[in-house]
Amino acid sequence: MYNKKVIEHFTSPKFFGKIEKADVIGNAGNPRCGDLLTLYLKIDKKTHKIKDIRFETLGCAAAIAASDMVCQLSIGKTLQEAEKITFKDVSDELGVLPPLKIHCAQLVAEALRDAIKKYPPQKGA
Amino acid sequence: MAKNIKKIYFDNAATTQLDADVLKKMMPYLKDKYGNPSSLHKFGRIASEAMDIAHEQAAKFLGCKETEIIFTGSASESDNFAIRGLIKSLRRAKRAGEKTHIITSQTEHKAVLETCKDLAKEGIKVSFLPVGYDGIVHIDDLEAEITPETDLVSIMYANNETGAIQPIKQIGKLIARLNKNKEHKIYFHTDAVQAANWLDLNVDELGVDLLTLSGHKIYGPKGVGVLYAREGTPLAVQITGGDQEWKMRAGTENVAAIVGFGEAISKISKTQPKAGPPLAEKIRKLTDKLTADVLIKVEGSKINCPKDSDSRLPNIVNFSFRGVEGEALVLALDQEGIATSTGSACTSLALTPSHVLVAMGLSDAEAHSSLRISIGKNTTLEEINYFLKVLPEVVERLRKISGR
Repeated sequence: MYNKKVIEHFTSPKFFGKIEKADVIGNAGNPRCGDLLTLYLKIDKKTHKIKDIRFETLGCAAAIAASDMVCQLSIGKTLQEAEKITFKDVSDELGVLPPLKIHCAQLVAEALRDAIKKYPPQKGA
Repeated sequence: MAKNIKKIYFDNAATTQLDADVLKKMMPYLKDKYGNPSSLHKFGRIASEAMDIAHEQAAKFLGCKETEIIFTGSASESDNFAIRGLIKSLRRAKRAGEKTHIITSQTEHKAVLETCKDLAKEGIKVSFLPVGYDGIVHIDDLEAEITPETDLVSIMYANNETGAIQPIKQIGKLIARLNKNKEHKIYFHTDAVQAANWLDLNVDELGVDLLTLSGHKIYGPKGVGVLYAREGTPLAVQITGGDQEWKMRAGTENVAAIVGFGEAISKISKTQPKAGPPLAEKIRKLTDKLTADVLIKVEGSKINCPKDSDSRLPNIVNFSFRGVEGEALVLALDQEGIATSTGSACTSLALTPSHVLVAMGLSDAEAHSSLRISIGKNTTLEEINYFLKVLPEVVERLRKISGR
């Protein structure tokens, strides 16, 4: 069902975990479909580059692999560049996701955009 | 560097390993004894005699006549045949405007559930009975749902996801009592696919008119099922075009698979002596240990099966683990050489979690985090212990990833 690359990112994800003092957090998913994911981002204030990014994902192997991949694709990029990352980029980079699992790539792209949209955080928000 | 990967099969509710004796009995019919049972010559007669024996073996197991055994291509076909065949036949005899009513439960196998839903689209009234937290239908709920128009009650004997055993004998008695005072008969069907290895399936004891069995769940081959149909039960033929199976199911018989079914079912009888089945006891001891140890070793785990051991099959246990998604868990266990199953949506096209677990009142999150262990007659304590060693590590790892 899954190719080697997906299994690799599922088995040994590099970016999982939490950033305690994240500059911004992005969320996506819903309990009904079973996937819940959170991205924690550290942003360089001057360059607006993503200095660090981590994920916490409750979800299937594809959701975990896609989360890891979206982190890998966006780290070091400016927010402006990262915003352009689409579900297709994530999916393509993982090789081929099974058609049923494309929504996992959509979810991680959504979480990334959610974070970018929220940055910089509004005062009082 | 190849890791010494174990091969532990804890998914016997999905399918079982073909028994070596069964395969041996089948082999000649895949090779030299290839005749068509409908043929007049010796080749045909040899095949037809083998079919007769298989009918006898199945009939003996169910305590019925050979002519009441119809071999089909699968249990799903048997379920479809029972429900569609009965309803079609009854409708043909009904007067215009007369209603048709089926009662089933929310936790049936999809072969029953989807068939009933399909018939509902044709204007047939279908009641889907709820179940309790234990997954068991309340007989009072069933009785309350029965009307003078009720034609069919279809309730599975034991659930494939949780092992919950339904009160089939009591339902059989209720229906028999109601049928005494009624001109309009209620027919009773049960899908006994998961029950066959463990429970008594005497059709008179159960009081059923129709009963479904599968070959590959009883250490027999895939591609063969049985529909037991009590004499006099109206059934419209679903597959027409030949006189096979007492003119009830056309198509050249899958002789080797049918021979295998006969052998597989007679082997069950042999392992269940009247003085209580020792195999079931051995298996129950293993699942009892498994259950107790998982609850101790994995914090945030819960069991989705009836508490009372008489109300669940000895070989199936269903868990939920907080903060872990089922498909990821199944894959991670598979990487450790353990084959299991889940009711998580991530394995389904619809992306909705198991209808069985949801009907039992589990939250979506709990259903997504479910893991089904279904052991078999050859499962060993050593395998259980290995699972108990691996599971806490795997759950821990996935919880680190989920942060939950």
